[in-house]
Amino acid sequence: MNAMTKNWVAIGILEDIPLRGARCVKNGDMTIAIFRTADNKVFAVEDKCPHKNGPLSQGIVHDGCVTCPLHNWVISLETGKAQGADEGATRTFPVRLEGNAILLGLGSGA
Amino acid sequence: MTQKLVIIGNGMAPGRMLEHLLETAPDAYSITIFNAEPRVNYDRIMLSPVLSGEKTFEEIIIHGDGWYIQNNITLYKCHKIVAIDRAAKTVTSDHGVTEPYDKLVIATGSNPFIIPVPGANLPGVLSYRDLDDVQAMLLAAQARSKAIVIGGGLLGLEAAAGLKEQGMDVTVIHVMPTLMERQLDRSAGYLLQKQLEDRGIKVMTKANTKQIIGEKRVEGVELADGTIIPATLVVMAVGIRPNSAMAKDAGIAVNRGIVVTDFMQTSDPDIYALGECAEVGGQVYGLVAPLYDMARVLAARLTGDTGAVFKPVDTPTKLKVTGINLFSLGDFAEGEDRQEIVLRDAAAGVYKRVVLRDNRIIGTVLYGETADGAWFNDLKKKQTDITEMRDTLIFGQAYQGGSPLDPTAAVAALPDDAEICGCNGVCKGKITGAITAKGLMSLDGVRAHTKASASCGSCTGLVEQLLKVTLGDAYNPAAVMPMCGCTDLGHDDVRRLIKAKQLKTIAAVMQELQWKTSCGCAKCRPALNYYLVCDYPGDYADDYQSRFINERAHANIQKDGTYSVVPRMWGGMTTSGELRAIADVVDKFAIPAVKVTGGQRIDMLGIKKEDLPAVWADLGKAGFVSGQAYAKGLRTVKTCVGTDWCRFGTQDSTGLGIRIEKFMWGSWTPAKVKMGVSGCPRNCSEATCKDVGVICVDSGYEIHFAGAAGLDILGTQVLGMVKTEDEALEHIVALTQMYREQGRYLDRIYKWAKRIGIAEIKRQIMDDADKRKAYFERFVFSQKFAQVDPWSERVSGVDKHEFRPLATLALEAAE
Repeated sequence: MNAMTKNWVAIGILEDIPLRGARCVKNGDMTIAIFRTADNKVFAVEDKCPHKNGPLSQGIVHDGCVTCPLHNWVISLETGKAQGADEGATRTFPVRLEGNAILLGLGSGA
Repeated sequence: MTQKLVIIGNGMAPGRMLEHLLETAPDAYSITIFNAEPRVNYDRIMLSPVLSGEKTFEEIIIHGDGWYIQNNITLYKCHKIVAIDRAAKTVTSDHGVTEPYDKLVIATGSNPFIIPVPGANLPGVLSYRDLDDVQAMLLAAQARSKAIVIGGGLLGLEAAAGLKEQGMDVTVIHVMPTLMERQLDRSAGYLLQKQLEDRGIKVMTKANTKQIIGEKRVEGVELADGTIIPATLVVMAVGIRPNSAMAKDAGIAVNRGIVVTDFMQTSDPDIYALGECAEVGGQVYGLVAPLYDMARVLAARLTGDTGAVFKPVDTPTKLKVTGINLFSLGDFAEGEDRQEIVLRDAAAGVYKRVVLRDNRIIGTVLYGETADGAWFNDLKKKQTDITEMRDTLIFGQAYQGGSPLDPTAAVAALPDDAEICGCNGVCKGKITGAITAKGLMSLDGVRAHTKASASCGSCTGLVEQLLKVTLGDAYNPAAVMPMCGCTDLGHDDVRRLIKAKQLKTIAAVMQELQWKTSCGCAKCRPALNYYLVCDYPGDYADDYQSRFINERAHANIQKDGTYSVVPRMWGGMTTSGELRAIADVVDKFAIPAVKVTGGQRIDMLGIKKEDLPAVWADLGKAGFVSGQAYAKGLRTVKTCVGTDWCRFGTQDSTGLGIRIEKFMWGSWTPAKVKMGVSGCPRNCSEATCKDVGVICVDSGYEIHFAGAAGLDILGTQVLGMVKTEDEALEHIVALTQMYREQGRYLDRIYKWAKRIGIAEIKRQIMDDADKRKAYFERFVFSQKFAQVDPWSERVSGVDKHEFRPLATLALEAAE
């Protein structure tokens, strides 16, 4: 990922997302799930489980992972990779906090 | 060019073959399967645990529907192939589908052999072959009456033990003098018979079936000596016959089975056969290990490896009946050139016999104590000369080379290529390698990565010992099944400690009970949230982030991420106004599907999450509240029309159902609760397979509970009889509260009842009026906080964030 070509878009503030929860950002046809973990970190991954495209934003958030609501795959929010014996990965996006504003990194590099 | 591979049959052998094929050459073939059964590939050798109730069907599925989709395999279920046209290279199914092939694999398995005696086709005579047979047996077992199993071999005895476990009175009829004579010698057969008889199973040997008697359905079996044994269920488990008719019709060489070379090729070079229908070197096979070996060979051949050949090896036999340990291997007939070593321990019920030729093991029978099976198997396979250890051989591996060692040392001493899991052909080195390389800490981990112990499970003990050997003290198999990986405590301990320590938040529970993760996982958090909601209805603030999405969104998530909405229809009654309102909502929101549910209400499917509050607002205006069709809580109370309309009705079953539903809606429970009230014993509301049911009779109300009609099928138990509607309500509420307070999260009432015992539940609810009233009052108190319609709350703005996107980006940002 090249930061130079990245376009940082403000999508909301930290408090918009419930602690240990997620909200969605619609980006054209794609839905990106923005997660807020118990320690107030934010993560952005495509709202699609690598298993059967389950909406990860609807899952239960625990530590740095989310459990998919459809078949309980556990996905790392940081890497997008399935945990345990399952294999597969979902796409991740750069996201950062500026104060309490959430900035999502999109652009040609993504 | 991708070749077309067509497979007839979808059992374990072709399933395993495809796994190998997809692993080495995922794109070599476009694959089509025709399956005469209406289901996916499941583990047939685990049918016995399903019959005995130790496993559910879901647990024995090998490839779910998703697997076929993922691997681009076309699976035709319920399609029986009726013709193979070898000239045109096509197959045609009974539904008229014709599919061309480049390579064809026939894996039609076998058919149960039905002894041709009069009455063999009466209703109530079953074979034991597939899930349909098991389900038919489970249904028959509900009558708790008499069953006869014809055949005292492996399959017959597993069926007998399973039916006994289901509460039937079981007799085994076997034509030979001792049980399992093909796998056991007489002594072991005798011990087995004794152990089965101790469990209450009657065994008749040297018994020849003359006919099955009965007018319209089975009434019993008559033996050749004139003895008549009454029964309502007869299971024939006398053997199998390779299913080779289709191949024969197509002009392929068939003997007992479909004749194949040692690389599975039939007399037509483009057609292969494997599994129970195939005959290799004059032999047909029925145990899973050789069939899996055929699968490996065929997959290799299909990917162009010309070196792979099938080599038959002796496979050990084990009986999958909990508590009975037997192991048999190889040839153990007596003979001049043979010697044997025998050990008997009558008190312990142990019998061991090793048969030797030229100081090498050729056969082994172990009964009662089978831990050394793998070791004997290894010695036999390697043809080890046992002269040196002859004196101590029979005592097992632990006694070789000096003083007795602990059992793990015996496993530790096994060579890396010693086979541990016979079903899946997994050797010791592969297991210990996976434990080390993948950092596995549990049996489940080993099963996921190596498949060892994942089929019949009889090597579970060995795998656990390997975990112990490899991990040392770090391996800690808890006696109590922990709630999840975040704690070593089981559900019951956690519930007890929540009360004892007055823990009132999830954070407090995790801190005080030393949770190993910072904020739990998707298994423990919903459970803890329920326990706290139940124990502290007034104080605890429900943690929505610890609820599954359905309970958080108050609708049911569907596979495409849309939701379904089910409003309450009290007791299944509705009006024209309600139906009109539903019709209007369906039109307004363009809801794609509307379905009548099994619980007598209406489901609207395919609603976008963003639309849910508006849908609820419109439904709310018509007087609807949430049907909680998504909740681990009270779902439906199904009713019949009772005395209002029915000429047989004895009480106002509709009124009672509505009253119960209005009293109990909104309550959270460990798992869903479905009820039914029938106005007479004809039971039109099917109350006797519900979590709680009522059968009205002239003299009052018979209360039932602990039924199931899901993964398990179970008739209810009778709690007791009461005279008035008020009493019926009080008893049902008290029973539900008892379950709420004691049930483990996700366990339905029947599982809780099995653990606590029907008698104890009856004692507390029927006999102890003070206890009953206390339960009742605690339920009433908790309802003060629970009976809030979640839909109208959300219509008025609660949890807005749940239903709206955080942001919608302009299209240019999306590239």
